[in-house]
Parts: sequence; structure tokens; C-alpha cells
Amino acid sequence: MDITVNILLTIATAATPLLIAAIGELVVERSGVLNLGVEGMMIMGAVGGFGAGYLTGSPWIGLLAAIIVGALFSLLFAVMTLSLATNQVATGLSLTLLGLGLSGMIGTSFVGQPGVRLPNLDIPGISSIPIVGKLVFGQDPVFYISIALTAAVMWFLFRTRTGLTLRSIGDSHTSAHALGIKVIRYRYLAVIFGGACAGLAGGHLSLVYTPQWVENMSAGRGWIALALVVFASWRPWRVLAGAYIFGAVWIGQLHAQAFGIPVPSQFLSSLPYLATIMVLVLISRNKRLTMMNTPASLGQPFVPDR
Amino acid sequence: MRIELVKRPQRSALFSMLSPFIAFALTIIAGAIMFALLGVNPLSAFEIYFVEPISQVWQLHELAIKAAPLILIAVGLSVCYKANIWNIGAEGQFIFGAIFGSIMPVLFPQFEGPLVIPLMLLLGMVGGAFYASIPALLKTRFSTNEILTSLMLVYVAQLFLDWLVRGPWRDPQGHGFPQTIQFGDSAVLPELMPDAGRANWGFVFALVAAVAIWLMMSRMLKGFEVRVLGSSPRAGRFAGFGFNKMVFFAFLLSGALAGLAGISEVSGAIGQLQPVISPGYGFTAIIVAFLGRLNPLGIVAAGLVLALTYLGGEAVQSALGISDKVARVFQGMLLFFVLGCDTLIHYRIRLIGMALTKPKGAALEAAPKLGEAR
Repeated sequence: MDITVNILLTIATAATPLLIAAIGELVVERSGVLNLGVEGMMIMGAVGGFGAGYLTGSPWIGLLAAIIVGALFSLLFAVMTLSLATNQVATGLSLTLLGLGLSGMIGTSFVGQPGVRLPNLDIPGISSIPIVGKLVFGQDPVFYISIALTAAVMWFLFRTRTGLTLRSIGDSHTSAHALGIKVIRYRYLAVIFGGACAGLAGGHLSLVYTPQWVENMSAGRGWIALALVVFASWRPWRVLAGAYIFGAVWIGQLHAQAFGIPVPSQFLSSLPYLATIMVLVLISRNKRLTMMNTPASLGQPFVPDR
Repeated sequence: MRIELVKRPQRSALFSMLSPFIAFALTIIAGAIMFALLGVNPLSAFEIYFVEPISQVWQLHELAIKAAPLILIAVGLSVCYKANIWNIGAEGQFIFGAIFGSIMPVLFPQFEGPLVIPLMLLLGMVGGAFYASIPALLKTRFSTNEILTSLMLVYVAQLFLDWLVRGPWRDPQGHGFPQTIQFGDSAVLPELMPDAGRANWGFVFALVAAVAIWLMMSRMLKGFEVRVLGSSPRAGRFAGFGFNKMVFFAFLLSGALAGLAGISEVSGAIGQLQPVISPGYGFTAIIVAFLGRLNPLGIVAAGLVLALTYLGGEAVQSALGISDKVARVFQGMLLFFVLGCDTLIHYRIRLIGMALTKPKGAALEAAPKLGEAR
């Protein structure tokens, strides 16, 4: 029983950064912007979070720093694509490349240093209830943030007027602009929200998942988060489901490696990436459904004519 | 303050030419700030970074070694990007080219003679093209996003190479090091001028590929097809150009060139397969392609510049103790500035102070209110 609970807990820990980053990107893409820089913002959040936590000794300050670093880094993308109308695919890519390089440079002195870890939630009496106590009341704080964030985004996108406006911008920026909606301003805020989320996800990696700094520690999670958004057809609750499926694949291959299954470890390690390709194929096979769900102006630059 | 873009009546030929240079100048300025923040005198850092690595003949050869894979990959990618097809998995195609090409020297080392090298190069191209055909197939058959699939395949390729050199292909006499046997003499790409430096035929391949692709893009129907489908898929369909065929063409071409780069690097510069055979050439080549304005001849120049950033990174690491990741930062900044400067080709940039726009904005805002009320 304990093993099952522990496996479920590790799955949740592996799924949390994917979920947060994907939820952030979902909002960005719903506004019609494709930010391929998730991996870069995530790794910057990870190094910023680790650095601030390491220097101050407080994991909470670390987490806050991760969010701020992610948001600031995404601002770079926003200025380029929204104010200067650059190609979003290329700019997102360069954000990732820059993030991977910059984090490696900043993190040189952090390699091998002991990090700080966010403590798990511990409510006296309740968290020690078998099974449920640990699963529901004994996880790390970011786990609860991720669930709350998903619910909040769901409510925001589909139950508020601002959310409706954001979605309408994603579907047709020209019509939205004609209606007097400030397309660029909405998109700036969406991109920065996405950056903050990616930063938080990175902070989770370096402050909870493995509380240390390892170069390239995001290991493609940012890209998987991007795939999750497509997989989820731009719906928050499906992102939640997808993130947990991928968390399970990620943890499953680690456990399989530990059990000494007679398959080379490299093949098991490549499973999350192959699984990503597979679900992308499955979901995009249905062209009509994909067409219906994709924000119609996704990835197209917008220059308001005055 | 606000940035406003004003569309030019036609693309500016002046900025089209100037923008890579402006971008480079801005990168230098940003780099100077970065060095100053790191506590290094920017001027001396730049001398170590950009001048010293190319002040002797043998160093120019090292530059050519680094530039060759970048140029080879980037000219292939430029065709993809012109056609609006986003192959960002060149790193994986590079690795698979290296693996396929190494079949000869690793599995059949007894074969020797002048045919070995051409066969290896051919296998390398086949390997890269094969690996690139996967995202192409998925895109055309299932309309799966090629950006994500081609990138995911990079991780898979890296792990596959890791398995090969630690497992079945490991040198039994290699003292357990994760590497294959050293390639035999007839499997090593010859050096161009062995007396002067290490540069090998890979650089010649890069130049030939650049000229060939330039001819194709500017003088042949295929190049026209690429450009039409890239800028207007609808117009392309009316002209009878098949989009799916173009996806395969672009992926196979860029994959084959990345594969050729991979086997040239392994056979020329490294001499065996190792767990890691590329310092991110496949990704840096994306920057090269854009810095070269997706023009094969521009890409040759851009490839040399980016190769210099690699050498400079190594130089500042040994001379100043700064992480060689500084090269990555330079490359990332360069791409950012290039993309930003490209805006100048199509738009005039106006900076507008808030105070100036207030009266004009107030009049304009009346209309939106109406729309919202509805």
C-alpha cells in the first residue's frame, strides 16, 4: 500500500511542472500567440529559483524569484513578437536557445551546491491519516498551486467576460481589434502570465523535484508542455489529465529502470518523448476536431492599423 | 512610451542589407554590458573572444571545422523555413547521419580503399534523410505539428547514440570508455592542407552545398515552388505545386545535409563515435539560417561568424575563467537582434510618448466603447 501511495506521490511531483507550464502556455495560445520559449523560460525559472533560494536560504523567496524571472524573460518575447511583430516561431526558439545558454552561464557556480527544498504540507493529525492524508494533505505547496491554477484558468477562460475577450482575440485578432479591444495589451498580459507559469514550473524543478542545480535540468519538459496544450485541444481540464498521464510515463520509466527490466535504460528514458509524438499523432489525426479547437489566429503576427 | 509600427510601401532594400550588421553591432553592445557585469574589461574580453581565435593560420582551420557543419545544416534549414516548414530537429538528423555513416568503419573495419569515404558520406545522407522523413511523414499523413515531433526526435536520437556507444558498438579494447573503435585510415575524411591546419573536406562540402542550394533557389523552378508555397500555400495549390510533396522535399533535403554534416564531423574532426558528438550544431544552425537571411550565400558568412562564437567561448573560458556557455548567450542574443532588426525591413518604427497620443487616443476610444456595449 505504501508503495502505491509513494508512486502516486512521485507521479504528482513529476506532473506538477508539466501542468503549470502547460496551463500558462494554454492561456498564451488562447490569446493567439505561440510561444515556443517555454523550455527557455522554465530553465531560467529553475536557475533563478535555485539561485535565490541558495543565496537567501529561503525556498519561498526562491519560488517567488522563479516566477519573476520567468515573467521577465517572457517579456523579452512579448516585446519582440507583439511590439515588433517578429516571427513567433523563430522568436520563441531563440528564447529557448538564449535561456539554455544564459542559465548555464549563471548556474556555473551553483553546480554541486546543496539546494533548499520547499517543505511538504504538514497539518498535524490530518496529514498522517493513512493514504488520503499523504496524498491530499501532505504534498508540496506547488502541487496545490498547480491544481488551484488549473481551476482558476478554467473559470477565467470560460466563465468571465475578460476570458471570453481573450479567447475572441485568439480566434480573430482583426475582429477583436475592430471591436476596440486592445489586442496587444491582452496579449502582453497573457504572455507574461505564461512566462510566470513557466518560471514557477522551473522553480518546482529546482526547489522541489530535485533541489539542486543541474544544467539543462528541464530536459525537454517545456516542449512536452507545449505538446500537452495541443494534446488537450486547448482545454484546461484535459491539460490536467494529460500532465498526469505524462507524469506517470516519466515515473514509470524511472521505476522500470530501477527494477532492472532487461531493456536498455536509454530506451526507457526516451519513452516520454516517444509518447509525446504518439499522442500528438493520435490527436492530430482527427483534422476536423483540431481545426475546430485551434485558436484561429494562433501564431500570426498582428500589427494594428490605425 | 509606446512602439508603433508603420508599414512601408515596399520592403526596404537598405535595411534588408543592413539588418544583420545592425544586429551584430547590437549584440556587441549587449555583450560588452554582459562582460562588464561579469567584472571583465569588455575591450580585452572582445579581443580574446573575437580577434585572438583567428589570428593564426591554424586557427582559421579550426574556424572552418566549426563552420562546416553549421553551414551545411543551415542551408538545408533555409529551404525548409522559406517554404514555411519548421524543421527544428536538425540536431537529431545530424546524429543519425553520423550513426549511419559510421556503419562502415565500425561494423566493417576490414573494408578499406578509396570507396569507403564516399560510401560513408552517402550513408550519412541517407541516415539524416531517413530520420527527417519521420516528422515529414507524420505531418503529411496525420497533419501532426512538425515543430514538436522533429524536436522530440532529437532527444530520442541522443539517447539512441548513447546506447550504441555504451552498448553494442563500444570498443572492446577501449578500457570501458563509452566510444567506438577509432576509424581506420581510409574512413577518415582527408584534411585539405595537412601542413597548415586540421580543416577537412567538410568545409568544401559546405561551400558546394551553399552554392548548389543558392542556384536551386534563385535559378530553378524548384526554388520558385519553395518560395510560392512558403509565402502563399493557396497560390501554390492553384499553380499545381503539391504541399505534401514540398514537405517531404524540404525535410529530406535538410535531413540529408544535416546527416552529411554529422558524418563529416565524426569522420573528419572526431574520428570515432562518442556519446556526445555535437555542441548543439543543429540548434545553432537555426541562428545561422536566420542571420544569413535564409540566403545560402549569406549563410556562409553567418556560419563563419557563429563558428567564431564557439571558438571565442572556448578562448574566454581558458583565458578569463568565464563559462564557455557565454557562446550560447552570444548566439541567442544575435538571433534575437536579427529577428528584431528584420522588422525594419517591412516597417518603420515610431516611438510615441504617452503625452503625445492622449488627445488623439481619446477621440479614438469613443468607437471601441460602442463596440463593447453591443
